[in-house]
Amino acid sequence: MTEDLLSLIKENVIQGRIAQDDEGFDEGLVGQPGASELTEKALTEGVNLEDIINKGLTEGMNIVGQKFETGEYYIPDMLASAETVGAAMEILEPHLAQSGIKSKGKILVATVKGDLHDIGKNIVSILLRGAGYTVKDLGNDIAPQTIVEAVREERPQFLGMSALLTSTMIHMNNTIEALTESGLRDKVKIIIGGAAVSEEFAQSIGANGYGADGFQAVKIMDALRNSMKG
Amino acid sequence: MARQGVLVEPYQRLKPEQVEQIHQASLAILSQPGILCFNRSAAEVFADHGAEVSPVPQPGADCWHLQIPEKIITDAVETAPKVVKLGARDENNCLILDGNEPRVRFASGSEANNWLEVDVDAFVSRRNPDIEVDVPTFRVEKGTVDRLAKAAHLCEHLDSWDSFLRTVNIQDDDITDDNKDVNKFFVALNNTTKHVMSGLTELSQLSNVVRMSHIIAGGEDRFRENPVISFITCVIKSPLQMVDDTTQTAIEVARRGIPLVISSSPQGGSTAPITEDGMVAQINAEILVGIALTQLVNKGAPVLYGSVPVRARMDNLYDSYGVPEFNQYNIDCVQMARYYRLPCYSTGGVSDIRVPGIQASVERLFSHILVTLAGPQYIHYAFGLLERTNTFCPVQAVLDDTHISMVKRFVRQPIVTADRISESLEQVRRVMGTSHKLYVRFVRSALRSGEIAPPYPFESKDTVDKTLLRARERMEEILSLPPSHMAEPVVDKVFQEVPGLLTRLRGS
Repeated sequence: MTEDLLSLIKENVIQGRIAQDDEGFDEGLVGQPGASELTEKALTEGVNLEDIINKGLTEGMNIVGQKFETGEYYIPDMLASAETVGAAMEILEPHLAQSGIKSKGKILVATVKGDLHDIGKNIVSILLRGAGYTVKDLGNDIAPQTIVEAVREERPQFLGMSALLTSTMIHMNNTIEALTESGLRDKVKIIIGGAAVSEEFAQSIGANGYGADGFQAVKIMDALRNSMKG
Repeated sequence: MARQGVLVEPYQRLKPEQVEQIHQASLAILSQPGILCFNRSAAEVFADHGAEVSPVPQPGADCWHLQIPEKIITDAVETAPKVVKLGARDENNCLILDGNEPRVRFASGSEANNWLEVDVDAFVSRRNPDIEVDVPTFRVEKGTVDRLAKAAHLCEHLDSWDSFLRTVNIQDDDITDDNKDVNKFFVALNNTTKHVMSGLTELSQLSNVVRMSHIIAGGEDRFRENPVISFITCVIKSPLQMVDDTTQTAIEVARRGIPLVISSSPQGGSTAPITEDGMVAQINAEILVGIALTQLVNKGAPVLYGSVPVRARMDNLYDSYGVPEFNQYNIDCVQMARYYRLPCYSTGGVSDIRVPGIQASVERLFSHILVTLAGPQYIHYAFGLLERTNTFCPVQAVLDDTHISMVKRFVRQPIVTADRISESLEQVRRVMGTSHKLYVRFVRSALRSGEIAPPYPFESKDTVDKTLLRARERMEEILSLPPSHMAEPVVDKVFQEVPGLLTRLRGS
């Protein structure tokens, strides 16, 4: 019974179905419970949280990753599945603390001051949630000092900043300087992304990483996380 | 099943009253000044049906002056079939051309003398010898049977290429005027299962070509149901002169009831007025007189209204396909064909420049889009033609296939229904309830169903344009696929019963 439920959760991650109204790839899924309803049910039935995460959500997401690598899945499929995992994780979150299961880490994300273009940042957020990170989205047009305050309050392990415009990318530099002045720079790993920036720019402002796209952002986060463990 | 092409909501350049004015102008032309006819049979047929026919003294040629009354034209328009089927070896590839339905199919054409190969060469920068780039270079070759086979093979595998018109003139040493027709039809038919259309070099070869087609279709009766070939004749030499040999070809093909394109190709500014109304009135008259001849010879003979109007360049009087007037003329002709409810064989996709590139893309895309929007049933010249129509380039044909598939997506009918609107509104509501506000997840079904376009397949990721190199790779990939040859017993029978075929073509 439990195995069936976990298998259904996994299948719904692969199909990218959050809730019962969602379509998947196969015919006739609309109306059947999606990952959210199934996760609720698993909690009610007392299924082990670690199993829900590992055997349901993570295994499903691993298969999605493989399908993406082989070209069977496209970016919308990957995002739909990641969003599905994110939605299930939100349901599980209040129970994680009691069970002692930790997320892969907390990241604050923001589109920097003067920039309203947040599509990339939103995609990265979905993918990071799907990969098991706790994401706190500060929004767009966020001033350096606001980011500094949020880092002080939320104490994340990571900070992600995004900029589309060449005229706003300078605020990434300003934010890093403000963090340094506040004594917080060493407390957080910083990755940047967005159409305006590059690997070279990331290095020049002292960021810890640059993600050319959302998928690379997840890989870089994983790599930084491993280096922190080491 | 038949190939579906793309159904369009036709762009109407001419207002209904302008169509009527041009129709009246064409009738006026056919009455006065009338037509000069160099074919005795045609002159007699028109005379028998009420045209005023009088001999015209011409040194070295028999010639008659025809004044054609309106009734001959209106009767012909009435009896000419409104739906013409172009069959195919694989009947799923047949085309049902309905003069009442603006459903567009795309075909090659021209019988160009030149075949343009695209080679790849590496060039090193003089400024910085570390920089080396692959650049396409071009090599002009002559048309041969092998190259015609390659083009037919490409046609077989390119989705937008609905029908094969001979692309190159076969100029091998063992090809003569007497064996050219059977060999070009055989090579085309043996390498594509789509419809094959061509002109005839020698009328004496008509029976042999028809015999071959009967064998391939599975007998004469089957050929009538599924005419795997059709013919094109340019009955008229513009302005307004019926040529002896092509007119005779039209008569013979019409008598046999084989689908026939009555094509005319006046040049605005030299052999037709350069003005839009004058050009269209004249070409319309020229096509109508050819169609009338077919109906007088064999009422109900299947014909296509073949319009190939071009404009003269004023620096050298060559044809120009890249000028905007070309599109205006052609769109108007499509409207005239629709006025008569006759299936239209129209023209688009040719470039004036000799090689693929920016000019070629701009010129051909211009007419690919605009002429398609007009809604003819059949657009010929749509693949690979450069240097007006003197050169066929297979790599360009691969590019054209992609571009036409994009045009087809663009022109298809919008789907706006209560259900779709309701689904869209639900999407908007759901997305606005999320933190990320992205519609990406809703793309998936459209992506899988093919509703949305794929990215440009020949895109370069770096700063060197590799479009031609990538299209060339695609061409090589297609040409490495096994050809769709006819079954061996069919080929054996063709070789036994049809004289003139080159033995070296067995199995090619």
